[in-house]
Amino acid sequence: MSAVIEGHHDDHHHGPAKGITRWLYTTNHKDIGSLYLWFSFIMLFIGGAMAMVIRAELFEPGSQIVSPEFYNQMVTNHGLIMVFGVIMPAFVGLANWLIPMQIGAPDMALPRLNNLSFWILPAAFGVLLATFFMEGGAPNFGWTFYAPLSTEYAPPTVTYFIFAVHIMGASSIMGSINVITTILNMRAPGMTLMKMPLFVWSWLITAYLLIAVMPVLAGAVTMMLMDIHFGTSFFKAGGGGDPVLFQHIFWFFGHPEVYIMILPAFGIVSHIIETFSRKPIFGYDSMVYAIASIALLSFVVWAHHMFTVGMPIAGELFFMYSTMLIAIPTGVKVFNWLSTMFKGSLTFETPMLFAIAFVALFTIGGLSGLMLAIAPADFQYHDTYFVVAHFHYVLVPGALFSIIAAVYYWLPKWTGYMYDEFMGKTHFWLSFVSVNLTFFPMHFVGLAGMPRRIPDYAMQFADYNMIVSVGAFLFGLSQLLFLYVVLKAIFYGKKATGQVWEGAQGLEWTLDSPPAYHTFETPPNLEAGEAKG
Amino acid sequence: MYLKKLILCLTALFLAPLSFSAWDDINMTPGVNAIAQEIFGLHMTIFWICVVIGALVLGFMVFLIIKYRKKEGVEPADFDDNPKLELTWTILFAVILVGMAIPATTTMIKAYDDEEGDINILITGHQWKWQYEYMEDEVSFFSNLLTSLDARNNIAPKTENYLLEVDEPLVIPVNKRVRFLITANDVIHSWWVPDFAVKQDAIPGFINTAWTYIDEPGVYRGQCTELCGVYHGYMPIVVKAVSDSEYKDFIQGKRDLKAQQALLTEKLWETDELFAIGEEVYLKNCVACHQVNGAGIPPVFPALAGSEIVMNDKGRQVEILMEGVQGAAMQSYAEQLTEVEIAAVITYTRKAWGNDAGGDGEIVVPKEILDYKNNKL
Repeated sequence: MSAVIEGHHDDHHHGPAKGITRWLYTTNHKDIGSLYLWFSFIMLFIGGAMAMVIRAELFEPGSQIVSPEFYNQMVTNHGLIMVFGVIMPAFVGLANWLIPMQIGAPDMALPRLNNLSFWILPAAFGVLLATFFMEGGAPNFGWTFYAPLSTEYAPPTVTYFIFAVHIMGASSIMGSINVITTILNMRAPGMTLMKMPLFVWSWLITAYLLIAVMPVLAGAVTMMLMDIHFGTSFFKAGGGGDPVLFQHIFWFFGHPEVYIMILPAFGIVSHIIETFSRKPIFGYDSMVYAIASIALLSFVVWAHHMFTVGMPIAGELFFMYSTMLIAIPTGVKVFNWLSTMFKGSLTFETPMLFAIAFVALFTIGGLSGLMLAIAPADFQYHDTYFVVAHFHYVLVPGALFSIIAAVYYWLPKWTGYMYDEFMGKTHFWLSFVSVNLTFFPMHFVGLAGMPRRIPDYAMQFADYNMIVSVGAFLFGLSQLLFLYVVLKAIFYGKKATGQVWEGAQGLEWTLDSPPAYHTFETPPNLEAGEAKG
Repeated sequence: MYLKKLILCLTALFLAPLSFSAWDDINMTPGVNAIAQEIFGLHMTIFWICVVIGALVLGFMVFLIIKYRKKEGVEPADFDDNPKLELTWTILFAVILVGMAIPATTTMIKAYDDEEGDINILITGHQWKWQYEYMEDEVSFFSNLLTSLDARNNIAPKTENYLLEVDEPLVIPVNKRVRFLITANDVIHSWWVPDFAVKQDAIPGFINTAWTYIDEPGVYRGQCTELCGVYHGYMPIVVKAVSDSEYKDFIQGKRDLKAQQALLTEKLWETDELFAIGEEVYLKNCVACHQVNGAGIPPVFPALAGSEIVMNDKGRQVEILMEGVQGAAMQSYAEQLTEVEIAAVITYTRKAWGNDAGGDGEIVVPKEILDYKNNKL
């Protein structure tokens, strides 16, 4: 070979570029993973600040700090940001960091697409947040944006909202194409599908869900756009359209979306529990099948969000039964995690604490979900704080705790530095107590009859709302501690070993901490050994 | 051991609510009719099943945490599956679910009964009030929030039924099957009275049905449960169940009122009288959007003070009040206000906030509104 090509080859082994261009032009999965995670961290504080405004307004009966109009904008954007700006990007960030390292690939399959999928996200949220400073204010119709409140009766900024949702959707679709392509084509020799780490499995299935439903969401917002600007009547009753159609389309996207936000969490928690139980995961095969069946079922349960729209009874019963079925694979997963701990040798480092809290509190969220599935009883639960309690139990101590657990678990691997275990545990206990203080009483006020999305409430709900608000402020403050622990680890942490955790299995632990900028340029050969992680 | 203390603390945290609040305040209402009570029973059954499952799972977890902590010289086991056990618990889950589905299905069938009622009431959701129309008796009225702005802004004290009181409750007779036909005029609302276990979305272009049968006279309160815009939290529902004779009196009273209003339309009105009535109407119906000072909240809710239409185009202003504005929050008031009220409120807006000086200052009398209605026919 000529010297010129040799020289070029050497360039590749340099570390990252210097300065801001490293982040703007990067095609490196580790850099992009970090970008996603930091983006999601920043959005967590923006969306969290909105939650604090909501809880301050609801601290006592009567108008407190904001107008009903601004309150609705807070409710809407809190939901949108937490779903599309925090949970989803955080999982994509974890996928970027971990999938190549867990399957022994040098990078994601489509690195430039990877760069693009990240960098359009800040643009999307820039557009969304800019609406706060426009005439008419930010979107105020709830994160579920039911027509015609979001079309004929929406503020003029709804068009920016539609544009932002389109961009987020494009980002997610590109991200999932990348994940699928990487997993199906770039696994190390010997890593068959049924030997893949569970996090990789959960993301493979999640990516298919995303590809299936993000276009549906794009369709829904496009129809809104046409109704608003081009005189169509998809959702306008006055023009022969159908407002209920909007809800069917939205929830056909929305229910799989809910699982998009929890399936990767299942993968993460499985890894952490087996590591700190020092015992292989129990029922690997049934774990994979359970995730796959939850994903499939998610396409046939959407109308359980719509039990009160006036469906025929056959519809009510069908969606009630199909929803109840989901309890089976979910129950299998919970029992498998417990069986993994059974006869293990357990230690309780911060990631394990968060993972155990995940299993416990996700179970509570799952059980309230089962109650909500019972259609006749749902007539009483629907659109009350009982629902708010339910989905926050699966999303905060569910999805968010799994992400926090993942950060504690892999942070030493990513940065090469150990976090402060005492501070980590303090963060856990504060979060654990305050998350329950926030969301548990919501079950009660919901059952007692407090509707969701109201800026003010009747006197009998006062005591509990005050407790909830105190819990929420405490939970919000606790997350500042999380930021502190992460920064302290990065700047002042002790050096971590490559193995990091005594019981950790999987390819990423065979690398140095931090791993080189480019890893597995020659794939590891697993033909002989086990690769399950 | 500190773990035990911890468990105690957590239990205390979860049970604390029970100690300072009665069970009724934190649970679903048992309801006042057979179907609501049955749904309540179903809720309690499912609830206790979930509590037992939850307690077993969490209890087992605590056991694992205590029993299998890492100890010197104890090696972890290395089994990683047990197909028989896995099959057993999968079947167990299925059995429990079938056990839940059976009572749920029977209750569902009972709740879903859309036979005609003895009395049929059309309920229409508007931003942000409910309209009730007694279909057999051709009586119709609107039900607005009664709680004052001062109470909401913490200036006046809050009463027991803060945000749950209306100017005109829906009145229904006991011991009659009452069917509700539920729809909406603008966006989606949802009509919920927990005591009846009736929650039905009010959707423009659709008519949903629900029904109730009440044994005991009483006042039952509920709220709109579908986000319907700025004042979603301020459109409560109050239903008064009364004896049959009281109900008949109520309907007769409404009819007499209608006749009286027709007479008033024909009366000769003074500007001051209209202005005074108009101010009252404005504060009740218009102030939420157009604000006390007539400045509105542009661009969504336009200003009336200094508006070209309000100052100089009487005809168009009447038209807007009667027809509403297509594609905007402004609805038609032809049905919800009387002719006197419409004329009065138009007069008020044309005289208030300096519009008098800036514009033609013409007033509108009730007869003109009646003429508008008649010409339309």
